[in-house]
Parts: sequence; structure tokens; C-alpha cells
Amino acid sequence: MLGKLDWSAIPFDQPIPLVAGAMVLVAILGVLAWVVVKGHLPYLWSEWITSVDHKRIGVMYILLASVMLLRGGSDAIMMRIQQAVAYQSQGYLPPEHYNQIFSAHGTIMIFFVAMPFVIGLMNLIVPLQLGVRDVAFPTLNSVGFWLTATGALLVNISLVVGEFARTGWLAFPPLSELSYSPGVGVDYYAWSLQISGVGTLVAGINLVTTVLKLRTKGMNYLRMPMFCWTTLASNLLIVAAFPILTATLAMLLLDRYLGFHFFTNEAGGNVMMFMNLIWAWGHPEVYILVLPAFGIFSEVVSTFSGKALFGYRSMVLATMAICVISFMVWLHHFFTMGAGPDVNAIFGIASMIIAIPTGVKIYNWLFTMYGGRIRFATPMLWSVGFMVTFIIGGLTGVLVAVPPADFMLHNSMFLVAHFHNVIIGGVLFGAFAGFEYWFPKAFGFRLDERWGKAAFWFTFTGFYVTFMPLYIAGMLGMTRRMQHYDVAAWRPWMIVAAVGMAVLTIGVICQIVQLVVSIRNREALRDRTGDPWDGRSLEWATSSPPPVFNFAFNPDVRGEDAYWEMKAHARQQSFEHEEPEYQDIEMPRNSPTGFVCAFFATIMGFALIWHIWWMVILGGIGAFATFVVFAWRDHDEYVIPAEEVARIDRINIEERRSLVSMAGAV
Amino acid sequence: MAITATVGHARADPHHIGVVIEHPGPAPKRIVTAYGFWIFLLSDIVMFSCFFAAYAVLVGQTAGGPKGAEIFEQRNVAIETVCLLLSSFTCGMASIAADVRNRFWFYLGMTVTCVLGLIFLAIEFREFADLVARGYGPSRSAFLTAFFSLVGCHGLHVSAGVLWLLTMMAQVFAKGFRADVLRRMMCFALFWHALDIIWVGVFSVVYLLGGAP
Repeated sequence: MLGKLDWSAIPFDQPIPLVAGAMVLVAILGVLAWVVVKGHLPYLWSEWITSVDHKRIGVMYILLASVMLLRGGSDAIMMRIQQAVAYQSQGYLPPEHYNQIFSAHGTIMIFFVAMPFVIGLMNLIVPLQLGVRDVAFPTLNSVGFWLTATGALLVNISLVVGEFARTGWLAFPPLSELSYSPGVGVDYYAWSLQISGVGTLVAGINLVTTVLKLRTKGMNYLRMPMFCWTTLASNLLIVAAFPILTATLAMLLLDRYLGFHFFTNEAGGNVMMFMNLIWAWGHPEVYILVLPAFGIFSEVVSTFSGKALFGYRSMVLATMAICVISFMVWLHHFFTMGAGPDVNAIFGIASMIIAIPTGVKIYNWLFTMYGGRIRFATPMLWSVGFMVTFIIGGLTGVLVAVPPADFMLHNSMFLVAHFHNVIIGGVLFGAFAGFEYWFPKAFGFRLDERWGKAAFWFTFTGFYVTFMPLYIAGMLGMTRRMQHYDVAAWRPWMIVAAVGMAVLTIGVICQIVQLVVSIRNREALRDRTGDPWDGRSLEWATSSPPPVFNFAFNPDVRGEDAYWEMKAHARQQSFEHEEPEYQDIEMPRNSPTGFVCAFFATIMGFALIWHIWWMVILGGIGAFATFVVFAWRDHDEYVIPAEEVARIDRINIEERRSLVSMAGAV
Repeated sequence: MAITATVGHARADPHHIGVVIEHPGPAPKRIVTAYGFWIFLLSDIVMFSCFFAAYAVLVGQTAGGPKGAEIFEQRNVAIETVCLLLSSFTCGMASIAADVRNRFWFYLGMTVTCVLGLIFLAIEFREFADLVARGYGPSRSAFLTAFFSLVGCHGLHVSAGVLWLLTMMAQVFAKGFRADVLRRMMCFALFWHALDIIWVGVFSVVYLLGGAP
């Protein structure tokens, strides 16, 4: 009846996951109860859950990422404590539990923190920067988000019901095959990634089409803000790389469920094929994450330096070069596989070449700052912190790109330090910069600067104290993923890293406090102008938060830095201009398709993991029915009348006029 | 608020050579839908390419089981190929009929496409069932694993295509040739033709190359 599922799936003998799971459950039930009692459910349903507004979906993505950051962060804290205490002892985490933790940490941080964070920011901002009303496929956008949420939910269910993979975040076979991992852990891993992977692919297709086909009048390619360019590059990579992940995990699942022989040791299966396939996705994946972050830094650096981005075209070229070259370096993840010196040399050189366009970007940011009037607001702090940190991470990256050096450093703590250096220093700092920078746009009030700066300095310091010791431990020969060790020389560095982790944690707490304080003081922090940072691109041309239709009129763009130019233009001319003739606006209607889809996907995923076949069929029928109903839809648009558009827009214009005249007076 | 000396830079762009063609604004819905779907098809082709790659890697790994030449029946494959190629033609006819809003030719074209697709699926199903009955199922060897996955993945796509085809006929029956129905029809046609292209790859790589003794 329930397949492999019975009471032994609940880890009654292990207090840590049980307590953690119970806490999460209590928190979720508490929030739900509060929502129901306060009567917020209808609002939540009609304004958020069924929303197809790209801004709302973007916010929900970022919320998901933030919650999962706390989960992945807890895993990190547990690992650092374990390695600090597990010198010549077993520590406090049994090996099978420790293995699950590092697997879950990697999986969560990449798929359910970094990905949703950058996709959320792209969703929120790109249509605004392009000067359009929505993305290309609003309903599919919602489907994409909810499928990502399904994946996150399944990973968290594994905390209490059953177990998670013990195989590392990429589940290399033959360890991940049925003979060595007979439990449900790998199935949790694979199905949650399959489902969220479909969501990511949908988001990628949607954003590529949006950038290429929906741009306002006059928004030529070479006038797009840099964030739109990096979004394009990143989503092209999603479209080209995520199908590889889907195919690879499908092969692994076929091996596990139907006795196929793609990656088994028997009957001619080929384990190294898995390495090639997974890294053919995995290496572009790191650029999928970091390119949007590069875009955010470009926007932030240029805005807070009060200058146009230096070398705009070289930046575009560098972005697209990275986009292409990122597909030609995957083999550097397994130089030690023994492909031979010639193959290793080619991939080593390709890996070093990719540092060149990245270097171009760093110099462009530096030259943008040079001679500018720099304001060190929180987003700018994250950007400068990124430049310093990312250069160190990039240099160690070039170091491990040298095959002979890589043979020494492969799978060592040095590698762990390197990729945390680039992912935290690049992606996470970028996400935080974007969060601080665009928060006023999304919600209409700024974040508290004092707590924001505190969060930056604690995170920045905490990062160095945590990860620099790992470089040293790696050079002392410490390999990654060790549950315990007996080498005395490593111990001090592990203790320093644990202290660093505490500092990092304070940084995260500061960020939470910042959010709470800012929400409390929102009236004092209110931004009525829609342009709190003296911005340059079109997202600042509309009010904060923007109306559901973004712009009453699709703006007419005449050059780079469209909004900066409009402001300059308005200052030179008189502010008196005639009221335009407002027209009705057609907007997509809200739709529960995404939520219903995700509901059935969750049921199906869970049933597949536990081999509950009747439930799989039920979920499948439900998903298909949803699809047919969606395909059958008739009128998925509604009209906002011209008077309403005029009413909303007049307020915006009034605020803006006062801003420009004030600036003129200064 | 500071206005720096760079204000002028935004307007006069010294790098432009010749006339700049102004971007006309957002594309119409028909273009956006087809373009997005086309990108989806590209991603689908990338997924297929992984199964092709896996097949190329594993084709020699027969583990004592049969080789391709021993199990492929060229006659069946030829019929399958003719069915699919013809169905692409009839699908094209149905698309033209939809564009000129001719119900009769639309239904006829779609029906023939559907029948040809079903014949293809029946032959493929029989081939698979026969192999499994002889003990040459996908678990027999890595070669058969790759073969069943690649060809089966295409077969699953064709099955989904047939379901979609029936939905399209029902939509035209219930709603007529509305703009949104025509957009969906265009996506379906793209999908069906793309499956044909994939089949040309399957036919060449699996059956033609593998058929040689």
C-alpha cells in the first residue's frame, strides 16, 4: 500500500534531524495558523500564490532562497563544528549523518539558494529594465517557481521521512547506484532535482524569450543595461545546460528503478560517462550563477559611482565570451581521471582562458569607479568586497586549472576553499548587493543602512576567517568530506574556521535584524520617488513598488542608461509637459496552474521516491489534467481601464517632478 | 544629487558607425510564442544529444549480448521512417489548412498524421516487446540500455505528440480557428517536425550505422 514507507523511515533514534524537523514543522504550522486566523489566506491566495506578476514571482523566489539559505547555513554550522571537534574522536555526528549533511548542504546551496536567488532577481528586475509590462510567458513563470518550491520541499521532507543522499552533491556513481546506496536518499536527491530542474528550464526559456523578443521601443541590444545582458547569457546557458542534467539524472534513475546499465559496474556500464555528462552541465552551472551577479555589480558600481559603466561593449563581449567558453572547460573537474596529458592540457588552457574575460570585467568595474563620486552605500560595499574576494578565488581557480597542480589539490580542502571563495564571494555577495539595491524598488522603502553595513562587515570578515584556513588545511593535505581525522596539524585551522563560521552567522543574524528593523521603520525609510539611488536604468523610471503594469506607457529609449538620459533631458527642458492620453492596458489574469501543478508534482515525486505506485499514477493523472485544463484556457487576460492607469500614473509623475526640481535646485 | 560630467555620454554614442536602426518595440504574441517554443525545442534537442552521446559511448558494450546488426530489422525501420516523414508532410498540410481556416482539410491532415504516428508507435512497441520477450531487454547490456533509452525517449515524445494532436483537433472543433488556437497549432507543428529531425538522427546513428555487420 505505501511502498517502502513505514515507521522505520522516521529517525526516532536520531535527535538532531528529529528536533530540527519538528522545529521546522512547528514554524510552518505556526505561520499557517497565523495566516488562517488573521484571515490573510484569501489575500495570500489571490495576490501571491496564484500571481503571474513577474515582480511577485521574483519576490517569492527570493523568499524561498532566503529560507533555504538558513537551512543550508545550519548544515554548514554543523559541519564546521564537527570538523573542529572530531580530532582523534568521532565528534558528535555519526558518519552516515555527516555524509547526508554535506550532500544536503551542497545540493541546497546551489539548487535552492543560489539558483532561486538569482532567478528571482532576474524576474523582478529584467522586465522593468527592458521597459515592458511582463515576461514572455507569465503563467509558465509561475509554474517554474512552484516546481522549484516542490524540489525544495522534497529535500526538506527527507530530513524527517527517510534520509537524504550520502553521496555528495553530485551523486557520483557507482556509489549512487542501487547496489551501494539502496536507501531512498539518492531518490530524494534525484527526483527533487528533476522537478526543480524542469522549473529552472521553464524560467530560462521564459527569460531568454523576454530579453530577445520583448524590449521597449528603441531598446537596441547595445542599449540594454548590463544586467539584461548577463541575464541573457545566463539563461542561454540554462537552456543549453539544464537538459543535460535532466538527461543525466534520468539515466541514473533508470539504472536505479529499472535495472538499466548506464553507470553500473556490470554489463558494460560506464561510470566516467556520468562525470562527463554531469560536469558538462555542472561547469556552465557556475556561470549561470555568477553571470547575473556580474550584472548586478555592473549596475551597482555604475550607479554608486555616478558614472556610465566603463567599457560597456567590452563588458558585453566578455559576458558572451564567458557564455561560450564555459562549455569548453568541464573536464578540469576530473583531470585525475586520466584522459591523458594532451586532453588535460587543452582543458587546462581553456580554463585559464576564461579568466581573461573575467579580468576584463574586473578592470571595467575599477575604471568605472575611477574618477567617480563614489557613495559607499551597502550595495556598493558588497560590490567592493566582491572584487577583492573574487580576485583571490579567481587566482586559486587558475592555480587548480594547471593539471599538475590539480593532481596535488584535487578533492582537497583547498578546492573546497576555492569554490566557496568564488561562490560566496561572487554569487552570494552579488545576491546580497542586488537584494539591498532593489529592495526599495520591490517594496517602496529602503533597508536600514546601519544594520546592512554591520551585516556586510561581519559576513565579509567571517568569510575570510572561515575559508582562508581551509586553503591552508588543503595544502597540508587534508581531503574534503572528512567526518574525523587524526592529523594534529589540521586541528588549529579547523578551529579557526569554526570561529569564522560564528562570525558569518552573526552576519546572517544582522541581515535578519536589518529586515525586521526596516519593516518596523518603513514609514521613515519610505521612498516616494521611485528612484532612491539616483539610478540610471528604466526600473527607476516607475514608482516603488511599481504598478502591476510597470509602465503606463512603454518608454521610448534613445541611448544607453535610458533613465539617466531622461532625467538629464527633463532638467534641461521645462518640467511642464502635456498629460498624455492614457489607454486601457491588457494584463495576464492570475492563475492557480503553477500551484496545482506543483501540488501534483510533490505527490508524484514523493510517491516515486517511496515506490507507492498507485499514488504515482494519481499524481500523473492530476498533472496531466492540469495541463489539459491549462491548454484549454480561453480568456487569460483582463483589462485595466484608462482612468485607473491615469490615476496611478499621475501620482508617480507628481512625485518624480518634485524629485527633478529638487535636484535642479541643488 | 550630483550631476556628473558624463550626462552627455549617454546620448551621443561615438562608437556607432552608420545608421542605427531603432528597435521597434515588443514583438507580437505570435512571434513571442513560437520563438519561446522554438527555444524549448532546442533544449529538448540538447537532451536528446545526451542520449545520442550515451549511445555512442555504450554501443560496443554488449556484455556478451546481441549486437545491433543481430536485432535490427531494416524493413520495419524503413516503414517507420516512411510513416514519420509522411506524417510531417500531412502535418504541414494541416497547418496550411488551419492558416486558411479550412476545417475539412485540417481534420483530414491531422487524422492522417495521427494514424501515421500510431502506426509508427505500434511498430516500435512491437519491436521493443519482441526484444524483451527474447531476453534482450534494457537490463541485458549497456548497449541495449542505451538503445532502449534513446529510441524509447523518441517514442515517448511521439506519444505525447499524438495526445497533443488530439487536443488540438478538439480545440479546433470546440473553439474554431481563433488566434490563440492557431498559436498552439503552430507550436504543435514545430514539435512534430522536430521529432522528425530527431528520428533522422536516430535512424542514421542507430539503425543505419548499427545495422552494418
